[in-house]
Amino acid sequence: MLVSTNVLAVRPTARTLLAENGSVAALVVLVVALSLLSGDFLTVTNLLNVGVQAAVTAILAFGSTFVIITSGIDLSVGAVAALSAIVLAWTAADSGLPWPLATLVALAVGIGCGLVNAALIAYGKLPPFIATLAMLGVARGLALVVSQGSPIEMPEAVSHLGDTVGGYLPVPVLVMALMGVIAAVVLNRTYAGRAMYAIGGNEEAARLSGIAVSRQKLVTYALSGAFAAVAGIVLASRLASAQPQAASGYELDAIAAVVIGGASLSGGKGRAFGTLVGALILAVLRNGLNLLSVSAFWQQVVIGVVIALAVLLDTLRRRSGR
Amino acid sequence: MRIHALVAAGAALTLGLTACGSSGTSSAGSTGAASGGDVKIGMSISTLNNPYFVQLRAGAEAEAKKLGVTLTVTDAQNDASQQVNQVQNFTSQSMKAIIINPVDSDAAAPAVKIAERSNVPVIAVDRGVNGGKVAQTVASDNVAGGKLAAERLAKEIGEKGEVVVLQGVPGTSASRDRGQGFAEGIKAFPGIKVVAQQPADFDRAKGLDVMTNLLQSHSGVTGVFAENDEMALGAIKALGAKAGKDVKVVGFDGTPDGLKAIEAGTLAASIAQQPALLGQQSVQNAVKAVKSEQLEATANVPVKVATKDNLSEFTGA
Repeated sequence: MLVSTNVLAVRPTARTLLAENGSVAALVVLVVALSLLSGDFLTVTNLLNVGVQAAVTAILAFGSTFVIITSGIDLSVGAVAALSAIVLAWTAADSGLPWPLATLVALAVGIGCGLVNAALIAYGKLPPFIATLAMLGVARGLALVVSQGSPIEMPEAVSHLGDTVGGYLPVPVLVMALMGVIAAVVLNRTYAGRAMYAIGGNEEAARLSGIAVSRQKLVTYALSGAFAAVAGIVLASRLASAQPQAASGYELDAIAAVVIGGASLSGGKGRAFGTLVGALILAVLRNGLNLLSVSAFWQQVVIGVVIALAVLLDTLRRRSGR
Repeated sequence: MRIHALVAAGAALTLGLTACGSSGTSSAGSTGAASGGDVKIGMSISTLNNPYFVQLRAGAEAEAKKLGVTLTVTDAQNDASQQVNQVQNFTSQSMKAIIINPVDSDAAAPAVKIAERSNVPVIAVDRGVNGGKVAQTVASDNVAGGKLAAERLAKEIGEKGEVVVLQGVPGTSASRDRGQGFAEGIKAFPGIKVVAQQPADFDRAKGLDVMTNLLQSHSGVTGVFAENDEMALGAIKALGAKAGKDVKVVGFDGTPDGLKAIEAGTLAASIAQQPALLGQQSVQNAVKAVKSEQLEATANVPVKVATKDNLSEFTGA
């Protein structure tokens, strides 16, 4: 808190940014602390590494932001990411599908999983937690079935998504930025985005004001599925191999990133930029713990504490700030 | 977290291949190894939906044939309650000995107790049983494997330089034993300094991220020990062109992808388990138990270093 207050005094533009989003303050504190503790942290290469390592979580989390704004939850994103990547690699390798088509098929799989989630929730009246938990199992299982439990090599053309542009700028960071912009535009500039806030704020009021709630939920979860597919493809590209067990547990990272970014699990609140900051906080933390050689057992403790502190900082700021 | 735990358990226990295969395979299919004899032995395998355990069964069946005993193998399909039922059935089928490859070390205790009540000796294979008395546990020696890895890595890097260790899921026995063996083994080489030990949860993507980070703080690293092949492959990705040249990587498990990397020269070596030998030993010692011979509490089945020179031994199996 003390450090962030000092930073506030320095620049008025920074002040507005920080006041608007407590998670930025948490990120700044973290970066300053790690720069002091480790000489290897604040280098261009390392910061680019952090960006690459945040990319998959961030892309998943952008998708989850839509869902959480509607006061829903999507537990299936990690499994859907793995399934999409497996389908891409499998259709390209085994069926000899050209890679652009295989990529489209993979995206379709992600969107399809999202639509099934939404149908169960909107028309089957299942709680989002249960519907997407079921999808988690189904998608993970199908990934194992399709791949027969073994990793499949990614088509080389797609694997370039894991490379760098000009040997310097990592492609995953560019994809993350692109998906972030798309998420921000959807949320702020489209009917679907406004409908998400309305549904999350008060579903009944949204319905009465003429929003086709069920149809908008289809859009919301389909977007989440599509983002998960992109995340899965980026992850597999980095390894040049699609793995059935990839991204397991990532749904929790995604949800943590969204909530750290200032969204509320009860809906109606959340922004793409905040989610990006949330994902960066997690990546910076993991990177820093490696650089500082913190013991395996303590790492989990530290990550838990920082997640709690980051959200706490945001809640306190909101309560006292305005 | 629940999911992490599942993955952890899977990775720690199966050791062979990180992921288990698809659907199919018969339930509780029995395979008699003919040639009669009085001695009937029942074997309950955690899952046959994984090449590792299929090899284990093959080793057991071959040994049963050799010794002239009847071996009945059942597949518990990774379901601990089904396994208890299978062991119960074995005792009513008047099996002389039971070999159990636990789905879960804790959940296997009731099954073992049932056998104990009927005075049937039990041999645990590949995984131990917590809270039940078994005649013997036949398992791979992960500590010895870690030591072998240390020796191999030391040789690869000329017995000097900085190395890092990529650890598995914290708290799992596989990670603990392999790490301990490596630490003991590397002590013999005063020229080698372990500059960092960081967890990457037996996961390839995490291996890539953690290795990338460690290269920032320790750019002079010349050796990497990863507690499984998946993390080793991630580290190799992080090392890029340096892998196999400036930096030597040693993995563990000898998975198909790991062996491919050895062939390509990016992975220096992998410590491979020998599932067929596990199966063979378990049958051999079950027969000894039937004859009331004294058995050691644990039988350690040796692990083997797979390198480019002896690769065919592993790819053929």
